Amino acid sequence: MAVATKKPSVLSKSALAKVDQIIARHKDQPGPLLPVLHALQAEFKYLPEEALVRVAIGLDIPLSKIYGVASFYTLFNLRPKAEHVIRACESAPCHVRGAKEVIEALENALGVKVGEDTRDGRFTLELSSCIGVCGVAPAIMIDDEVFGNLTPDMVPGILARFN
Amino acid sequence: MDMVTLTIDGRKVQVAKGATILEAAKAAGISIPTLCHHPDQAVKAVCRVCIVEIQGQRTFQAACAYPAGEGMVVKTNTPAVREARKLIVELILSRHPQDCLKCEKNLHCELQELAENLGIRDVRFEQEVREFAEDHSTPSIVRDPSKCILCRRCVYTCHEVQGVGVLYPINRGKDAIVAPAMDKDLADLACALCGQCTLVCPTGAITERDDTAKVWAAIADPQKHVVVQTAPATRATLGEEMGLPAGTLVTGKLVAALRRLGFDRVFDTDFTADLTILEEGSELIERVKTGGKLPLITSCSPGWIKFIEHYYPDLLPHLSTCKSPQQMFGALAKTYYAEKAGINPKDIFVVSIMPCTAKKFEGQRPEMNDSGYQDVDVVLTSRELGRMMRQAGLDFEHLPEEDYDLPLGISTGAAAIFGATGGVMEAALRTAYELLTGKTLEDVDFKAVRGMESIKEAAVPVDGLNVKVAVAHGLNNARKLMDKLAAGQADYHFIEIMCCPGGCIGGGGQPFGTNNAIRGKRIDAIYREDQRMEFRKSHENPVIKQLYAEYLGRPLGEKSHHLLHTHYTPRSKY
Ligand code: SF4
Ligand code: SF4
Ligand code: SF4
Repeated sequence: MAVATKKPSVLSKSALAKVDQIIARHKDQPGPLLPVLHALQAEFKYLPEEALVRVAIGLDIPLSKIYGVASFYTLFNLRPKAEHVIRACESAPCHVRGAKEVIEALENALGVKVGEDTRDGRFTLELSSCIGVCGVAPAIMIDDEVFGNLTPDMVPGILARFN
Repeated sequence: MDMVTLTIDGRKVQVAKGATILEAAKAAGISIPTLCHHPDQAVKAVCRVCIVEIQGQRTFQAACAYPAGEGMVVKTNTPAVREARKLIVELILSRHPQDCLKCEKNLHCELQELAENLGIRDVRFEQEVREFAEDHSTPSIVRDPSKCILCRRCVYTCHEVQGVGVLYPINRGKDAIVAPAMDKDLADLACALCGQCTLVCPTGAITERDDTAKVWAAIADPQKHVVVQTAPATRATLGEEMGLPAGTLVTGKLVAALRRLGFDRVFDTDFTADLTILEEGSELIERVKTGGKLPLITSCSPGWIKFIEHYYPDLLPHLSTCKSPQQMFGALAKTYYAEKAGINPKDIFVVSIMPCTAKKFEGQRPEMNDSGYQDVDVVLTSRELGRMMRQAGLDFEHLPEEDYDLPLGISTGAAAIFGATGGVMEAALRTAYELLTGKTLEDVDFKAVRGMESIKEAAVPVDGLNVKVAVAHGLNNARKLMDKLAAGQADYHFIEIMCCPGGCIGGGGQPFGTNNAIRGKRIDAIYREDQRMEFRKSHENPVIKQLYAEYLGRPLGEKSHHLLHTHYTPRSKY
């Protein structure tokens, strides 16, 4: 009679099996949550709600805590993202060296606001906490690649490299 | 004990090693302002309001977290400290709606009090209030996250005290908020609706749903015969709503107040608490004799019921099938009482005064309509009744002591103690002993099951059987017992669970300011009430005898089964 979750599954059987494998792999190490979330993100490119529920049950951690951790780190995606994810650093060093203008240029070039996906599904534009390259502020990351010392007029050229 | 001596504001203070500066200051009669700190919780040190100056330290330290050290020189009230505290609180206020006059927490709000104590008359930051959707999804709890100051008290209570854990800080930076996962509504979660979060929240961010308007409307409707029942614990707490000290028993004044508010009959949930003992005691005896599911677990606490439905659905067969006293009352008010008084049950409007937010949910459960109508129409918490009494301008302290109405107002001391942890167990033992042995129980006090200890166990010899019992209060303690039970390591006959710490006197609908010290005073009041009652065993209640003789027949009989017993719903955890 144990009813673990009431919702019908949206993930495929093989995807669910992957989730369970990931949980099993890290379950017995100390502090399993972050490694599990990283592995899930590597697998699915985002953290599906259904997977988080399985993690909650598998690791016996309240879902609220898991979501709290997942939503704290900007590197975790809580929804499916476009093909390329642009993370514009909003930390203080970038801010004082013109991040705002760069972000505006990105919004203009892509035709979206921060937090949105382009209509063609190619780019997601997001803000990020410090990405650790303050020496070349202002900086952005596109997928795993860092672009620093930016000015607004450099934006179209950088985006073109992903077309 | 190892002691340390330090100087606070020029005065020498000696405290036990390990005490915090906050505790040391308190011992010296110096009160340092706090906000995230709560006397029953672990240290969080997130709000920084309690900062003090420690000689030789470059920065201010949070007094709630910093241990008092030998020879330390602490200053709690320098211009720099006062100014820094003001800045911290002004920052909070710059993101906080200035709604006090219309806020449910007005005059009971710790943030408001803090702002006043610090002498804040101006906020030197730009006002930037964050807008969040309010959560009105449950009949019990309302969340207004725009008033949340991220103190995490509710998080501690929901996770550590109640073992539920549906609230947590989510998101980061300026988007940070304390909320359920995915920012869902409470109705979509395995929340017990216990309301313990409403007791610890310093602001108006989590409160009960206010149903007082429905009750005023019913009272004003000449068509309606409005009857009210008062839960056992409310007579030990309502005085606080009206300015009396914690632990004041106000039974007679409460009755008088309810009459003055305009209720047609003032009855007592204590009456159906006695009835519960007859039904549940008989159920225990039957299960023991026929090899039924043991241990039997009590079912009068609706937060506990919702919790077990979500988290231990496999253990539901252990629950007593007895409805809670509130629901037994509703079912009888619209049948037995309606017949006796010659009133059409459709015109009877049943209001409950409860210590509890989960009771609001219980009253609305679809199965709670065995009278042919919704058995209980509206459930008010102690806080809401306090509000009504203040709206009516009652001079509570000077009201006369009045008696409950007949017949559903007659009760025993065994019913009164339902209000405190261990009380249902003790009441059941008083009756089960006499029913099983046929002998008189001389000493009715079962002290082993009383008090604030988290899990209490006892073994009581009854008629050759060593009856093993356990009592837990607070859902995290209940969880520990249930884990034992699920693992096959709990060979008890009978378990009492109350959802809230201390039992109903500490319920989530009780006056704001409830903490464990105050719970203790209320518990003392409950046992004083027991002492002063003419009858102290439920089966001696003369009206209960009459009810069985002229209406119900016998405990667990057909009519009882129909009106007084219920079933449960397995629910999911996520
Ligand atoms: S929560 Fe407190 S400070 Fe905020 S509006 Fe309500 S009463 Fe005022
Ligand atoms: S009502 Fe109880 S279970 Fe629900 S969020 Fe509040 S403390 Fe947690
Ligand atoms: S809801 Fe209340 S108790 Fe919870 S974090 Fe916000 S202010 Fe604190």
